Amino acid sequence: MTTAAAPLSVFATPAWYQNRTLRRFMRHRLAVMGTVMIALLIMACVFGPYLLPYDDLKIDIRHRFAAPFTGDHYLGTDALGRDTAARLLNAGRISLLVGFFAMVISTVIGASIGVIAGYYRGWLGAVLMRIVDAFLSFPSVFLVLVLAAFIKPNPIMITVIIAATSWMEIARIVETEIRSLRERDFILAARMIGASSRWIMFRELVPNAIGPIIVAATLTIAHAILLEAYISFLGYGIQPPLPSWGNMLNSAQQYLGKAPWLAIVPGLAITLAVASFNFIGDGLRDALDGRSDLK
Amino acid sequence: MTRYILNRLGQSAVILVLVSLIGFVVLNLAPGGPLSQFALTPGMSQAELDRIAEQLGLNRPLLVQYIDWFSRLFIGDWGRSFRDGQSVLAIIAGHLPATLLLMGTSTLVSILIGTWVGVMGAVRRYSVFDTLATVGAMVALSIPTFWFGLVAIYLFSLNLKWLPAGSMYTIGDQSIGDYAIHLILPVMVLAFVNVAIWSRYMRSATLEVIDQDFVRTARAKGLPYRRVLIHHIVRNALLPMITLAGLQLPTILGGALVTETVFTWPGMGRLFLDSIGYSDYPVIMGILMFSAILVLLGNLMADLLVGLADPRVRLG
Repeated sequence: MTTAAAPLSVFATPAWYQNRTLRRFMRHRLAVMGTVMIALLIMACVFGPYLLPYDDLKIDIRHRFAAPFTGDHYLGTDALGRDTAARLLNAGRISLLVGFFAMVISTVIGASIGVIAGYYRGWLGAVLMRIVDAFLSFPSVFLVLVLAAFIKPNPIMITVIIAATSWMEIARIVETEIRSLRERDFILAARMIGASSRWIMFRELVPNAIGPIIVAATLTIAHAILLEAYISFLGYGIQPPLPSWGNMLNSAQQYLGKAPWLAIVPGLAITLAVASFNFIGDGLRDALDGRSDLK
Repeated sequence: MTRYILNRLGQSAVILVLVSLIGFVVLNLAPGGPLSQFALTPGMSQAELDRIAEQLGLNRPLLVQYIDWFSRLFIGDWGRSFRDGQSVLAIIAGHLPATLLLMGTSTLVSILIGTWVGVMGAVRRYSVFDTLATVGAMVALSIPTFWFGLVAIYLFSLNLKWLPAGSMYTIGDQSIGDYAIHLILPVMVLAFVNVAIWSRYMRSATLEVIDQDFVRTARAKGLPYRRVLIHHIVRNALLPMITLAGLQLPTILGGALVTETVFTWPGMGRLFLDSIGYSDYPVIMGILMFSAILVLLGNLMADLLVGLADPRVRLG
């Protein structure tokens, strides 16, 4: 971060820009570490369950509460004798998928609202941003819990509920960005050649605001994984027997004294995934922000 | 300044109306609506359900119900619990002190530690301490609060047996010391995340101030470094933190909810979860509205305070 500022070229080609971004990203050691971690985690969750000798739902009452690294269960077994490693990886599939799709949905909602509010401003923008403020006044855990408790919780609904309560930050970021972008000359030029508002918003403004959107989206995955863990831990999220990192912790709570690894293992997985996404988001922020070299 | 205050009040009023609309819509989205709890009771006939709906005014058009409910908020009639018929405001008031005690103590602790960490990080920028604090804060923000609570209980109460695993006091012993011992673990868990947030913002706020001319002037005058740090740098860096404290309220409240469930702390978070378990709509709605109003008031107060504390802020 202390390297001299690269000479700014007005005529930078897109390919060169991407290179520079990638180079900046690679310099961010934690972000690279996070990327590697997520790649490993995804591979483990996708292929792991096929390689393990035990099924995640196989109940084996004779081998309950086996400690990790003792028998042939790598991470031990739970109260029903189910293999913790198999459950952890299958849970990871659910938790990561929920996090990813919640991010996609909330980014689309948030970015659209932010673009419309920032582009039209006036009363429409004001109303939209006040709605954002109103949603932000509720602690998100409260809203998610109420919705999850009243709506039949299956993984798809949980994803939608999480998305419905995490789009506001993105809307705010995009609105600020669009507000300044719309005053620039290229928008004037687009208007002069007769481009429609929709074209200007989604073909001119959004691509130019893509940096902050990507950063916010990455951080939203982290946020969504945490929210899923919270509500599943409290019993209103993903329902057993389907494992998720959150509901593994829910059942682990009562055996805390007897089998602490049942709580420690899924918690570590959540922390690892969330921290990795946070690191990646931080690295992307530095890489995509043209000014970060000057700091 | 008066115009600013009025403007800001108007904004808050608009948000309050929107907040109430969101809350009302959310609760009526539920399948079966507010009556679902009664429909579950065995032997309940449709006629009886209709009578209950009539009694509670749930058979009126939604808009009428909403306006009726919203206007009652102002006269302090927040409805009665489906569970025991107690007034919602009284129930919330009964659980509020425990939550405020937990939130207040942990906020105080995290502001003290977070300010120190943030200032030290900014003063010794890119030092080992700063790097560790930056990485540590990001990791801290990634740890699920409830899991950290579980680990803390496992370590400090189950294993070391130093501290109680939950609840607010020992029955029969309600001395201040007893409260304090029960506070340590939940406060530690809740403060952990808040220190991370606070120290990050404090670091960048300090960096904004540290290079300014008045700091150089103060140093050039020959003032001792400590004095410049505390009276010039920290004092100015803390100003934007007032706004931040307001903005962080929902996060702190949400964190308190989760922490309370892990430590069986008898506050609003526990009440909220219990009410969800019983489909106790009036109480759920009451807590949602109460926390949103608390957040709105917090933001409003923070904005007004910044205006008072910082003469440079004169938003028209």
